[in-house]
Amino acid sequence: MLRFALLRTLSAIPTLLLVIVVAFIMVRAAPGGPFADERVLPPDTASNLAAAYHLDESLPQQFWRYLSGLAQGDLGPSYHYRDYTVAELIGNAVPVSLLLGALSMLLALLLGGAAGIAAALRRNTWFDRGVTALAMTGISIPVFVVAPLFVLIFAVWLQWLPASWSGGSGAQRLVLPVIALALPQVAYIARLVRGSLIEVLGSDFIRTARAQGLATSSILRYHALKPALIPLVSYLGPAAAAVLTGAVVVESIFGIPGLGQLFLQSGLNRDYTLVLGIVIFYAVLVILLNLLVDLAYGVLDPRIRER
Amino acid sequence: MFATPYINEQLAYGRACTGACRRGIAKALSLLVLALFAMAILAACNAQPEHGNYLQRGLAADPESLDPHKSRSTEAGDVLRDLGEGLMGYSPDGELEPRAALRYELSDDGLEYTFWLRPEARWSNGSTVTAEDFVFAFRRLVNPDTAAFYAHSVADIENAADILAGTKPVQALSVTAAEEFVLQIRLANPTPYFVALLSHPSTFPVYAPAALEHGDAFARPGRFVTNGAYRLVGWQLGATIELQRNEHYWNNAATAIDRVRYHVIPEPMVELNRYRAGELHITSNVPSEAFQRLREERPDELRVAQKLSVYYYGFNLTRPPFRDNPALRQALSMAVDREVLAEQIVGRGEAPAYSWVPPGVNNYEPRRLAYADLGVEERRSAARDAYAQAGYGNDNPLKVEIRYNTSDANQRIALAIQSMWRDTLGLQTTLVNEEFQVLLSNVQAMQVTEVFRLSWSGDYNDAHAFLQVLQSNASSNLAGYRSEEFDNLMQRAAEQTDAERRRRYLEDAEQVALAEHPVIPLYFFVSKHLVSPDVSGWGDNVLDYHYSQHLSLNAAN
Repeated sequence: MLRFALLRTLSAIPTLLLVIVVAFIMVRAAPGGPFADERVLPPDTASNLAAAYHLDESLPQQFWRYLSGLAQGDLGPSYHYRDYTVAELIGNAVPVSLLLGALSMLLALLLGGAAGIAAALRRNTWFDRGVTALAMTGISIPVFVVAPLFVLIFAVWLQWLPASWSGGSGAQRLVLPVIALALPQVAYIARLVRGSLIEVLGSDFIRTARAQGLATSSILRYHALKPALIPLVSYLGPAAAAVLTGAVVVESIFGIPGLGQLFLQSGLNRDYTLVLGIVIFYAVLVILLNLLVDLAYGVLDPRIRER
Repeated sequence: MFATPYINEQLAYGRACTGACRRGIAKALSLLVLALFAMAILAACNAQPEHGNYLQRGLAADPESLDPHKSRSTEAGDVLRDLGEGLMGYSPDGELEPRAALRYELSDDGLEYTFWLRPEARWSNGSTVTAEDFVFAFRRLVNPDTAAFYAHSVADIENAADILAGTKPVQALSVTAAEEFVLQIRLANPTPYFVALLSHPSTFPVYAPAALEHGDAFARPGRFVTNGAYRLVGWQLGATIELQRNEHYWNNAATAIDRVRYHVIPEPMVELNRYRAGELHITSNVPSEAFQRLREERPDELRVAQKLSVYYYGFNLTRPPFRDNPALRQALSMAVDREVLAEQIVGRGEAPAYSWVPPGVNNYEPRRLAYADLGVEERRSAARDAYAQAGYGNDNPLKVEIRYNTSDANQRIALAIQSMWRDTLGLQTTLVNEEFQVLLSNVQAMQVTEVFRLSWSGDYNDAHAFLQVLQSNASSNLAGYRSEEFDNLMQRAAEQTDAERRRRYLEDAEQVALAEHPVIPLYFFVSKHLVSPDVSGWGDNVLDYHYSQHLSLNAAN
C-alpha cells in the first residue's frame, strides 16, 4: 500500500508539470495584462513596471524564472496585490476555504447519508418519495438562488444570523454559508447512498444473511453498508474538490475571503502568478484527494485491495 | 489521513476491517468532528465586539495595495484618505484646503511652491511629520524602481520626467526641505492644478524608517505608520479592513468615530442586503435594479450626487469608416437621444452629456455640443443630413460594430443606441461584448475596433483632468484623436499663470474637440450611496470623497 501511494505520488509529477505549462501558456495568451487599465499608463511608467516584474523578458525566460522559483518553493509576488506574495495570499485564504469546505462536506455526509439510508430501507414509501423529491429539488435549485434567499429570510427579516462573513463572528457567520454550500451535496449524497444501498440490499449475500435470521440492523451494519458506500467514496474525491473550488458563488454572496473568490479575481486581474499559484494548489489537492479515495477503496472492498 | 495507519495494519494481516479497525475508524472520524468544532470555536474567539463608536462602510473591491505609490484604485484612495494626509485635502463639501500644510505660497512665475507644514503634525507612532518625510515620499514616487502607477502625475515637477525615464538620479528632484517644516517644490512649467494633485494619496508623505525596514510590504497592519486621522489595525483580503483612531493625529480632538471597518463587497445587490440587515452604515454603491424602489422607500438614505466621470463611446479614428470623417461621427453623435438614455435606460439620476468635461468642475464652464439645444426632431433631421453628407443613406447603410465590456448596464445602453441609430439613420449595428481586459487590449491595438465603450474619471477637480485625455500624446487617448489646434490651445493653457486666461484656453480647446466628434459623451456618472440615518456629517461632492474623520454616529449603537 505504501509502495502504491508512493508510485501514485511520483506519477503525479509529470501531470503537475503539464498543468503548470498549460496554465502558464493560457494565462499569458489571454488579452490584457496585470497593469492594463482604462487609465492607460504612460510609456515610462509602463516600462518601469514591466522591468520591476520581469515582464519585459521573453516568455521562455519568464517561464524558466518561474520554474526555478517554484523549485525553491517560491510562488512569486502577486502582480495585482503588490504588497503580497502569492504564498501569503493563498495561505490566508486556504484555512477559510478548508473550514467552510470541511464543515459543509461533513454536514452533507451526515444529512445525506442518513436520509439516503432511511429512504433505501423504506423504499417506495411516502418517506422515500419525500426524500427523493427533496433531493431533486436540492440538486435543481442553484446556490445563487438559495443563498440570497437565506440572507433575505434569516438575516434581513428574522435577523437571527449575520448576512455576511464580516457582519458576524465565529460560528454564527458559518451557519448560512455552510448550509448553502452543503445543500446540493446533501441531495447528491442522499440519492447516491439510497440507490447503491437498494442495489446491495437486493443482492444474494444479503438474502443469505436474512435467511440466517440476522436482524435488519445487523445486516446493515456488518454486511450491507460497506459495499454500499463504495460509490459514495468515489464521489467524495471530486466532491471535496468541487466544494473547495466551487465555493465562488457562496463566497461572493457571503463575502467570505476564501480561495474561490481569490481565484476568480486573479483571473480577471490577469494576476499571472496568483492564477498559476492557485492552479498548482488545486492540482495538488485533486491529486491528493484521488489518492486518498483510491486508498479508501482498499479498506472498503478487499477485492480491490488484492488486485 | 487519520485512517492511513489502520489501512496499513489491515494490509499486514490481510483481513477485513472489523472490531478494532472499525472502532479505529470511528475514533478517527470523531476526532475529525471534534477538530472541526474546535476550529469553529477558535474562529469564534477571534471575533471582535461590534459595539461602540464603530463605523461600518462598504468597499467595492480590495485595494490592490495600501502603499500610496503602488495603488491606484478608487477603493485604495478611499481607505488611504482615512489613513494618510497630503499637503492638501478636501472639506466635506469638496473644497480644497491645506491639510498637512498650514498654508502655501506660489511664486509670481507660477513655478515655485512653498509649503509651511504643521509643526504639531505627528505620525501614528508619535514622531513628528517633517518636510524630509515629504521629500522621501516624492523621491520614492518618481523612482523608476518603485514603478509607481501615479508617478507621471507629478511629472511637472522639475527633473521628474528625466528621473522617471532613468536619465537623472532621484536626488535631482526639485522637492526640497528648506527647513524642518518648510517644503519647497519647483515645477518645470506652471501647472495650475498642481496644488489639487497634492491631495491625491500618491503624494502623501511616507514614513521612511518603515519603508526602509519592510521594503515593499510596509503598508500592512502592525507596520504601516500613517499621518492621517486613522491607523491600520487589520486587513483581511477579500473581507475587511480595520482602522482605529490615530491618537497622535494633530486634529484628533475633532475626530468623532473611534473605529472604522471597511467591508469588501463587490456585488451591489449583496451590499444592499447587508445594509438592510443593519451590517453597514454606508454603502459604496446602489444596485441599479433596486434604485427606483429605494428612491421611494428610503429617500432620505439614498444619496445621489454629480461626479467627475463620463461614460462615452469612442470612435477608432485611425481606420475607416471614422477616420477623416467628422460628418459621419457627428451624425452618429446626434442620433443618440441622451435624455432617453440617461433617464430611461440608465435611470439612476445620471445627467445626459453634451460636453466632455462634466459640470461641477472648478473655475470652468463646459462647452456644449453645437446641436445640444436643438429639439429632438431637428436633431434627427440634421443627423440624417450629416449622414448623407458622409456618403451614406438608406440604399448604402453603414455597418458598424459597438464593442463594450460585458455587463447588463452596458448591454442595455448598447441595445438602446443600436435602435436609435437604426431608427434615425438606418444604421446596421452589431454588438460585441468582451471581458474588460479583452476590450481594453483591442481598443489599444486600434486594429479591430470601430466604436467602443469606455469611461473616464477626473483624479482632480480641474478641466485639465478631462481635456488632457484628448491630447495627441496622451496615453489614454484611445480614440486616436490628433488635432494640432487642440494641442496648441492645451499648450497655451499649460503656460498660462493667469487663471481666467487659462480657463478660456481650456474652454476653447474643448470647443475644438467637440466640433470634431472624436468621442460621443453619453452621460455623466453620479455617485450613489445609502447612508444610514445614524450617520451625520455626510457631504455630497463631485469627487465622491467622504473622509471618515468628518463623519459621526448619532446613536452609539
